[in-house]
Amino acid sequence: MSEPTLLPAVAIAAALSAAAGAALGWAASRLRPDPGSLVERIDALLPQTQCGQCRYPGCRPYAEAIAAGEADIDRCPPGGTATVHALATLLDRPVRPVDEQYGIPGPARIAVIDEERCIGCALCLPACPVDAIVGAPRLLHTVVAAQCTGCALCLPPCPVDCIELQDPGNAPPPVARRRGQP
Amino acid sequence: MSALPRPVGVRPDARKSAALARPIAVLAAPEFAVLALDQGSGTASVPVVAVGDPVRLGTLVARPAAPDSVSLHAPVSGRVRAIEQRPLVHGDGLCVVIENDGAERLDTAVRPVGWNGLAGPELLERLHEAGIAGLGGAAFPAGVKLAAARTADVSMLLLNGAECEPWICCDDALMRERAADVVLGAQVMLAASGADSCVVAIEDDKPEAVAAMTTAIDAAGDARITLRALPAVYPLGAERQLIDAVTGREVPHDRLPPAIGVVCQNVGTAAAVARWVRTGWPAIARIVTVTGSGVAEPANVEARIGTTVAQLVAACGGYCGEPLSLIAGGAMTGRALGTDAAPVTKGLACVVAATASDLSPRGPERPCIRCGDCSAACPAYLLPQQLHRAALVDDEAGLARLGLADCIECGCCDYVCPSGIPLVERFRAAKARKLERDIDRLRAEEARGRHERHLRRLAAEAEAERRAFDEARRRARPADPG
Repeated sequence: MSEPTLLPAVAIAAALSAAAGAALGWAASRLRPDPGSLVERIDALLPQTQCGQCRYPGCRPYAEAIAAGEADIDRCPPGGTATVHALATLLDRPVRPVDEQYGIPGPARIAVIDEERCIGCALCLPACPVDAIVGAPRLLHTVVAAQCTGCALCLPPCPVDCIELQDPGNAPPPVARRRGQP
Repeated sequence: MSALPRPVGVRPDARKSAALARPIAVLAAPEFAVLALDQGSGTASVPVVAVGDPVRLGTLVARPAAPDSVSLHAPVSGRVRAIEQRPLVHGDGLCVVIENDGAERLDTAVRPVGWNGLAGPELLERLHEAGIAGLGGAAFPAGVKLAAARTADVSMLLLNGAECEPWICCDDALMRERAADVVLGAQVMLAASGADSCVVAIEDDKPEAVAAMTTAIDAAGDARITLRALPAVYPLGAERQLIDAVTGREVPHDRLPPAIGVVCQNVGTAAAVARWVRTGWPAIARIVTVTGSGVAEPANVEARIGTTVAQLVAACGGYCGEPLSLIAGGAMTGRALGTDAAPVTKGLACVVAATASDLSPRGPERPCIRCGDCSAACPAYLLPQQLHRAALVDDEAGLARLGLADCIECGCCDYVCPSGIPLVERFRAAKARKLERDIDRLRAEEARGRHERHLRRLAAEAEAERRAFDEARRRARPADPG
């Protein structure tokens, strides 16, 4: 007497499983998380210094590489441990220290131009990823401290090595304010 | 929503009697008035005078730079001597320094205000121009707050005379001696805010103030104004807690009091409004409680804004004993003052020169025993014990979920903690870290935008160069004999 009652139960269970499986399969294909939005979310966690230390030309390309699985999350020295933690949480990956091959995390710094030595060559202007340097050929340049991300990309193009990174607290006041003085 | 049987909080010993033993002393104007551009509300005002300019008493010196900054007026007549960094209650800040010529010449704009003939919005604007700020401590512009109340169509103006901090008694002294001013100020603010009733809330440990205010309200014969005596519990004088106790309704944590039809002002602010309509004086003076065992003759003094703390103490007989620390504000929420060169601002209600006998040193910090006393004492209904755990590991999401932003830093949890854990200190640090992260995020956001525009600009320049090259080649080709 037991077989006739067992059979419909098994059939119902099998049908339910099949239906649930089909629904999940459809959901997995149709409701796939938008890869673009994943890039956005990764990019939102990066410090936006645009320094390229991760060997990608900016934060967004690095975010795209992480999303595509091409790069690990330990390549951002300016973001430091906090960024690795945030990325690990978002992507459900293990936390690891920043790979020192890409740079050593340190305090935030900003670029400062030594006015005595600047020759006004304008070579640093296009190098700045956030257009934070004000200047023109044969005129003194200055870095807008509030907008400088401390990426150091302006250092190599300078032919007279007059730019250096400083602790933001020690930055001299903007040139414009001192210029009027004798 | 329901009213609690008794307000939540703690009952620290009141230390008000020493300063209340003397009447309010009116201080002579200082030789130099040091006007801090940030009066304590957080955003500095913008100076409209230059070094060397002559000013009269009541001349506009700085205008508001944001909704939370106030107009500043010269508290003395004389000449602007400097605009420079000076030590303030919260670190250094830019100040306008005015040398007093002793003539006390009034600015032509200083005239009594016929407030009865003014429509609400105009009255609000004039009140804002007079630089009236919340004298309870926040120094938020009263005109802005009342304007928001008018927009929200509030029904009740709540005058805060609770003054729950154990040392502060400037409002108590004010209500005892100048109750009529508080009532007049209430009437002006009723007209400005459009509210139709006013409740003056006073803690019941101030019977003299209650009696004086009752007499003044009766004398005014204004049925809209009533008085409520409330049990003395710290921190009843905090805006949200007071509204909760008076109306039995809690202000939603993410909204402001006008959302439930209430606007709250300090009684000192009401008196400042009264002086302004009577004499035309903008907000250029306030009453400060100068007390503590380290002061010879504790008292409430009325000082011009810009008088230094050193001058306040000197007017109260100078230091005595061995003051260990100077505290700006009360013992519970105040902050240590590094120097007595800091000037009086609109937000400074009290200076305590504390000696060893005033301070009970916190014992060594021991581990949390999870007794839950802090949660029972928290007037913001938070869970300090949980917040503390989250703050120790800087769990940003956890702190947000537990309502760190709603902590009013009253110190009740510290006060009751049997393990001597400096909870508020940790919460303040956690708030500071969050602020820093928020600023970093904003900066990152700006850098992202600037980088995108940079890339677009480079692409456009490259494109323009390519076009110019093509154009030049096309033009060169017809002439090419080959």
